[in-house]
Amino acid sequence: MYPSDRRYTQEHEWALREGSRVRVGVTQFAAERLSDVVFVELPAVGADVRAATPFGVVESVKAASDLFAPVTGRVVEVNAALVDNPELINQDPHGAAWIIVVEPADATEWDRLLTADAYAKLVGEAGA
Amino acid sequence: MSIHPTTTGAVRRTSLFDVHLAAGARMVPFAGWEMPVQYTGVSDEHLAVRTRVGIFDVSHMGEILIEGADALRTVQHLVTNDAARLADECGLYTPMCTPSGGIVDDIVVAREDERRYLCIVNAATHEGDLAWIRTHAGTATVRDVSDETALLSLQGPKAQAVLETATSTDLAPLARFQWRAAVPVGGVKTTVSRTGYTGEDGFEIACPWEAAPAVWDTVVAAGKPFGIVPVGLGARDTLRLEAGLMLYGNDISEDTTPLEAPLAWTVKFDKVEFNGRAALLQQRADGPRRRLVGFEVAERAIPRQHCRILAGDRPIGEVTSGTFSPLLRRPIGLGYVPTEYSAVGTAIAVEVRDRLVPAQVVRLPFYRRPRG
Repeated sequence: MYPSDRRYTQEHEWALREGSRVRVGVTQFAAERLSDVVFVELPAVGADVRAATPFGVVESVKAASDLFAPVTGRVVEVNAALVDNPELINQDPHGAAWIIVVEPADATEWDRLLTADAYAKLVGEAGA
Repeated sequence: MSIHPTTTGAVRRTSLFDVHLAAGARMVPFAGWEMPVQYTGVSDEHLAVRTRVGIFDVSHMGEILIEGADALRTVQHLVTNDAARLADECGLYTPMCTPSGGIVDDIVVAREDERRYLCIVNAATHEGDLAWIRTHAGTATVRDVSDETALLSLQGPKAQAVLETATSTDLAPLARFQWRAAVPVGGVKTTVSRTGYTGEDGFEIACPWEAAPAVWDTVVAAGKPFGIVPVGLGARDTLRLEAGLMLYGNDISEDTTPLEAPLAWTVKFDKVEFNGRAALLQQRADGPRRRLVGFEVAERAIPRQHCRILAGDRPIGEVTSGTFSPLLRRPIGLGYVPTEYSAVGTAIAVEVRDRLVPAQVVRLPFYRRPRG
């Protein structure tokens, strides 16, 4: 259920290393608990993000939820598809609904992220 | 992202709990009950009710019976609407007010006969309502029958077709806010009313607590050819908001009056004396200083309860309810503003998180079901 090619945060984001960069999204666990996503508030390319600090918002029919950055760095890419198709987050949170790509500032932060196993345990799906 | 933690502690379950789980519901705590918030998705369920038919479990609501020779007198004192106009098996929607005109709850009162009136009350205010009614009961008997009474709601343009398939009763003659007892559904004797909280045609079906699964299964089976879906509290809220219906605790409370809310039509000043009459008469004479308005937001931001409402840069009020309308595909909301800002077309702003987004006062309801 939770791909081992990436790491995770306590706040239900995933982080995928691609060379020197990190792609970020929300997990299936989060997507399933959101009601229908209708807007995603994205940062601008070039914006700074800080680990464990909100960088954007997912607005669903029921509530707004903050998005927390897994690592500190600069936003180098933003998923424009989410502007017109926010429901992608409900449909494909680990793939097409990636949210931002970050150029990380501090390589040591990576080790503090949860492994797939640790995240699966956190959300009660040990061994998934 | 932040996710609300699930609440631990004793919560009650309706007799349909296992049915909801089997149907794929996500359960959440609500007013001391574990209730389905959604099954397939809020928007899907919402649009199903607008275009076809949906079924809701609303057994968490309270049912309080007022009985005896003094029953009508008690009801009339408690509510602003005129229960003396009711024939047997007819009901009405009404606030119950305090002496200062604030709203204790909004309820439905159904007259069973001249000695029995049933009050259907919100789950969140059930205990308070029961105590309030008992305080004002005079010599009437007050009986809480909630624990024995399950309530299902069937709503949508196909609701009548579905219920007529499920029962031998012809429901066409049943008018809005009319009740019919002893309607057999799946071998269960139910009481059916043409009432609801969505703005669509529909029926609420009351039955003994343990019989709810049999009734639900029968109605769902009858509804399959019509595309029936189970509907959770998430869509219940978006549906009622589109229809301009009040949610107690958000849009109305003890701090608001029926004249400030769009409920002046429920206040029958010409009937016998009732709680709040003098205060409301005074407010009507002076003109309410604030009004609950509906508004639409022009940008991609959803107004939520407690967001500030501004005129220019002046805060003038607060959002009481807000959502993204699945049917209209735009953000809508309700909130109190000073009367001078309540005219349809007034430009206002809503503070969503740290951003001021432009909005406009619109006529309520946001959605009205097409005639015919």
